[in-house]
Amino acid sequence: MKDLFIIIVSAVLIHNIILSQFLGVCPFLGVSKKLSSALGMGAAVTFVMVLASTITWIIQHFVLAYYEIEYLQTIAFILVIASLVQFVEMVIRKFSPALYKSLGVYLPLITTNCAVLGVAILNVQTEYTFVEGLFNSVGNALGFTLALVLFAGIRERLELADIPASLQGLPIALITAALMSMAFLGFTGLL
Amino acid sequence: MSLGKEFTKGIIRENPLFRLTLGLCPSLAVTTSVENGLGMGAAFSAVLLASNITIALLRKIIPDSIRIPSFIVIIATFVTLIEMIMHAFAPDLFKSLGIYIPLIVVNCVILGRAEAFASKNSLMPSIMDGLGMGLGFTLALVIISAFREILGAGTFYGIPLFGASANPALIMILPPGGFITMGIILALMNKFQHDAK
Repeated sequence: MKDLFIIIVSAVLIHNIILSQFLGVCPFLGVSKKLSSALGMGAAVTFVMVLASTITWIIQHFVLAYYEIEYLQTIAFILVIASLVQFVEMVIRKFSPALYKSLGVYLPLITTNCAVLGVAILNVQTEYTFVEGLFNSVGNALGFTLALVLFAGIRERLELADIPASLQGLPIALITAALMSMAFLGFTGLL
Repeated sequence: MSLGKEFTKGIIRENPLFRLTLGLCPSLAVTTSVENGLGMGAAFSAVLLASNITIALLRKIIPDSIRIPSFIVIIATFVTLIEMIMHAFAPDLFKSLGIYIPLIVVNCVILGRAEAFASKNSLMPSIMDGLGMGLGFTLALVIISAFREILGAGTFYGIPLFGASANPALIMILPPGGFITMGIILALMNKFQHDAK
């Protein structure tokens, strides 16, 4: 139980997927202009990331390792993620049109979100057990959402700030991210 | 448009990293040393060139409705090839780039070029486009990693620059340094563009 707790804390705070591992920087910069859309993206990524890394773990251990074709890992995982995103999109559209409306735009974007593929591969590379892998993906997904929501909150206020012309937009966003990443570095001594 | 123009546009005018800001994840993660930046750039360019060639050749065969999944499979195939080649011939580089090699699959630049260029153009322009974009991306990676390595470790390509008494700013090769460097480079690009007008 303690190990699982450590995995979650480490994934959310210490090795935050965006701020210290640079996975998923594109949506981090792209969908962080408004707090509400950041929350939507976070929810969609959490859902897909946990589902995808569960399925890819099963595929890795019961299909790829069984037939000794581990070199197909990249192709197999990306296909699983792409079809999973499509499937999730169809299910949500059918059963919860309201949720589909709020997540709709972000779902297709997740296929090319390197955080999802990254966590799936990391779970296999670190040789986590099924439960550890599950906790690691939940932790990473929470870390992603946390960083995205905090960042969106800061960016909403940046809109009102008086920023030099050449720093406006992406440059100031990246420097803000640098300061956040520095703050998260402070968690290193936590465990 | 002439072939030479297809080649040069990727280097400055449409530089994938600095002008289009695509593919940020690997560019921030692996640029802690010039060697890593160069290695990532080479792996990236090889995949981009190979996928551009394949897609340009197959563009009339692939049905429109399943083109994105087909592109992803083609790209993933070449990434796997590169991964195996690097594992065999450059094991040190393979280790230090780690998870970012398989993640070339989801690099938006490669899929972007496949969709926006290679699927609409014939073989020669696609080769030129792939070479130019690859070179532009590599150049951008080398610039970022040179900044970070010189300031953060006091070395360039592993060669010490300042002598033993110098105290490098370690923060530049830690994660925050990646964000700061990219932010400042983009701000400078904006400034030059602004001044040129």
